[in-house]
Amino acid sequence: MKASDLSVLNKFNKDNVIVEKLDTLINWSRANSQWYFQFGLACCAIEMMAAAGPRHDLDRFGNIPRASPRQSDVMIVAGTVTLKMAERVKRLYEQMSDPKYVISMGSCSNSGGPYWQHGYHVLKGVDLVVPVDVYVPGCPPRPEALIQGILELQKKIKLQSPLGKEV
Amino acid sequence: MIIEDIANLLKNKYSESIEYLEDAKFIKVSASDWNDVALTIKNEDKLKFDYLMCISSYDCGDKKTYGVAYNFKSTSLNHYLEIRIEVTDEDSIHSVSSIWGSADWHEREAYDMMGIKFENHPNFKRILLADDWEGHPLRKDYDTPEYYRGMPVPKDKTYWE
Ligand code: SF4
Repeated sequence: MKASDLSVLNKFNKDNVIVEKLDTLINWSRANSQWYFQFGLACCAIEMMAAAGPRHDLDRFGNIPRASPRQSDVMIVAGTVTLKMAERVKRLYEQMSDPKYVISMGSCSNSGGPYWQHGYHVLKGVDLVVPVDVYVPGCPPRPEALIQGILELQKKIKLQSPLGKEV
Repeated sequence: MIIEDIANLLKNKYSESIEYLEDAKFIKVSASDWNDVALTIKNEDKLKFDYLMCISSYDCGDKKTYGVAYNFKSTSLNHYLEIRIEVTDEDSIHSVSSIWGSADWHEREAYDMMGIKFENHPNFKRILLADDWEGHPLRKDYDTPEYYRGMPVPKDKTYWE
């Protein structure tokens, strides 16, 4: 079975037993419980809240907001990263426990966005301070776009090999 | 009261330091008398400006003079007033945060963005930018730094090319 295959569940066709690599099991659980660190930096945060709300309902993907870096797996950088905030973003990222992932949401955190050329106070892309796994474009991205970003991250997590060498 | 009457009333009291600009309809006050004038417009029975709506700051463009504009309203007498004070880089303005509480953060912002100094402010430091930031970004001659604590702040597109 390919690690990216989503259908582990389909293997339960006979008894209650499946034989599978432990890697797959770990990836399966990691990909489907991306608890995200909730902090909004600017207007994009409103779309993140909308995505978490009942209409778009991030909970169905196992994404539950956590208010502490110690309990979260994914950091969604939603909004303008000012230079003052950049250091804090970095520190919060370092406080998260492994495995940790970063979704950069919106033009601002991808590249500086509207503040790209004249923003004296804006970091031109959060990837200058933390490693980013998925970039979600848009100003702001709609909740569907964020959800797609989360699904892309799920795919990425499922390609990893926690017990073996990285593929 | 209309602004002409307010200007005359203040002129009778502080003759030299008051200047009324007719076409722009604001009153210019010299920084040295500002604290007394502020107490007067707050407490004088005919004025009673109990509400400081906004403090704005501006750059006069000659690389040494910077100004502050105060907008007042009297909620009981229902009249308005704009007062401006212009100072050079070396001078400071007396803080009015003990008279109108709303001045506290406004003055800090004027300092943060335009570098105007206020005396006797209870907590005088930058409000938005980091404490170790250099310069005051809304000044016309402000130069964007290349780096801030090791993080690049590119000035133009060539950084990415
Ligand atoms: S990308 Fe647009 S919507 Fe998002 S924080 Fe920046 S300015 Fe706001």
